[in-house]
Amino acid sequence: MAPLIELREVSKYFGTVIALNGVSFAVQAGEVHCLLGDNGAGKSTLIKILSGVHAPTTGEIRLGDQPVQFSSPRDALDRGIATVYQDLATVPLMSVARNFFAGREPLTGWGPLKRMDWPMIWRVTREEMGRMGIDIRDPGQSVGTLSGGERQSLAIARAVYFGAKVLILDEPTSALGVHQAAVVLRLIAKARARGLGVIFITHNVHHAFPVADTITLLNRGRSLGTFRKGEISRDRVVEMMAGGKELIDLEAELAAMSRPDSQAAASLQ
Amino acid sequence: MAVTEQHQGKSRDERVREIGIARQALRRPELGAAAGCVLVLIFFAIFAGDSGLFSARGVVNFLEVSAQLGILAVAVSLLMIGGEFDLSLGSMVAFAGVIIAILSSKYGWPIWTSIPVAFAAAIIVGYLNGWLVVKTGLPSFIVTLASLFILRGITLGATRLITGRTQIPGIKELSEGDWLAPVFSGQFGGTLLVWLAEAGIIDKRPDGLPMVQGIPVSILWWLGLTAIATWILLQTRFGNWIFTVGGDANAARNVGVPVARVKIRLFVLSACAATLFAAIQVLSVGSADTSRGLQKEFEAIIAVVIGGTLLTGGYGSAIGAMFGALIFGIVQMGIFYTGIDTDWFKAFMGVMLLAAVLFNDYIRKKAAEAR
Repeated sequence: MAPLIELREVSKYFGTVIALNGVSFAVQAGEVHCLLGDNGAGKSTLIKILSGVHAPTTGEIRLGDQPVQFSSPRDALDRGIATVYQDLATVPLMSVARNFFAGREPLTGWGPLKRMDWPMIWRVTREEMGRMGIDIRDPGQSVGTLSGGERQSLAIARAVYFGAKVLILDEPTSALGVHQAAVVLRLIAKARARGLGVIFITHNVHHAFPVADTITLLNRGRSLGTFRKGEISRDRVVEMMAGGKELIDLEAELAAMSRPDSQAAASLQ
Repeated sequence: MAVTEQHQGKSRDERVREIGIARQALRRPELGAAAGCVLVLIFFAIFAGDSGLFSARGVVNFLEVSAQLGILAVAVSLLMIGGEFDLSLGSMVAFAGVIIAILSSKYGWPIWTSIPVAFAAAIIVGYLNGWLVVKTGLPSFIVTLASLFILRGITLGATRLITGRTQIPGIKELSEGDWLAPVFSGQFGGTLLVWLAEAGIIDKRPDGLPMVQGIPVSILWWLGLTAIATWILLQTRFGNWIFTVGGDANAARNVGVPVARVKIRLFVLSACAATLFAAIQVLSVGSADTSRGLQKEFEAIIAVVIGGTLLTGGYGSAIGAMFGALIFGIVQMGIFYTGIDTDWFKAFMGVMLLAAVLFNDYIRKKAAEAR
């Protein structure tokens, strides 16, 4: 089966800076693909290429078996590639229902009396949020009263409802507490179960592992390889990420620093 | 579909707490202004009850003051919900008034041609304001502060250049017999008032006619525009766009709302409201003056903010702006009828503004809890 979306040897240069260098991977329908990498690994550049903000300098993006070029984020969206930016897609002062349909309001009536189809808006908002596992008590409540996880659900539910085939999630868990992060991971699994291809960008190995089917590791603009989940261990991933070795070094360093203190404490007694 | 049906079946969530009507009302932005109106009415009923403020003449007087400001406030409320300011509003009032007066009195154009020209000028000014804000990304506060001075300067300079003076009288005579003029300065409800006087509900003059023989048409404009703006905000796609654009322009762009188009339209609307105000004023007073509309932009903002609209955009109501303008009118005429020196009016409005902002802030926090 042809993958939903595929990157082949994609590179992006900004002047003399090589932001991405020959990255390739493919996402199948009903699969969660994790992009793991530390800051500066090229994750944001990759998202911007996938969502149509930037065009790749070399290499190609393929949808199904067709090579494509996105002319704008709207173009990518129309082709079923929906990007959910952390906190950049909902308006806190507006109601859940107004947010859900913002920019794509369903209308009823005719001529100058054309108006928002409120009964339909409320019903769909409640239904779609329910399918994501969030019971919206009242679609008229403002988004500001929702938790971080619920806001992510709103953005994801909206993308799914409007026909996204590929869902790109930019660090959806990074600002959330443990419980809320679990809510979002469950959402990702739900989206997968509905047959979407999910690209889940994160720097947190512990969030990536529970839901990932495949993992691509990025480091300094390069891909360190794509692995099926069973092929690689959590520790190995941590080690391969830029921070891995640093953390081990740091541990040794801290151990060295605490030694004189404990010796000093011992001598005092 | 099973999932759907199942979900509809349990749409009564056990976590939905029954919210009382009072709690629900708290969610409406105009509540504060409506309550404020009642308070102000009670206050003047006590202190100015027998001074004529609540006679037919007094009521029409304060409604007319409210209506004229209210026409501006409705447009400003939409603009402010959309996240922008228009400080050039007052200058636009003078600019439009002078256009109407010069064309008609100096060049002999009939009123029904000079008023459309003023509206065309308003569309251009509003478009330029909006275009500059959208293109430069500068705060509208700065851009329209510049147009406040530019427009006022052009109005003053051009009027003196063309007429040699800063005031253009004699419009009343010119508007007589004009078919368009009554749309702005006419009166309605004459027969109703006669009937009310016969029924003894309103006072009669010694000659048997009612104290007030007509209600200014500006009151109709005010109520009509408020109704239309409320319909737009609550029932139309454009209304949803206004809230989205004012709430978070970035998020609006991400979901495909044409941010620039929405904002430019709101600036055009604001300039057109200023022109409507100018047409009403020029025709009912019978003259234009380059100093007209002074500080109207601030009065409109005060009415809108008292009406519960957030200074930062994304939240508010046109009905609130109507109540804000009504408070403004009642207080202004109330102070006049009570015999207090009207110099104190501005101090009173400043205090009202402060109180309204504090009250709205409190209400909004309560609203966020009411879920």
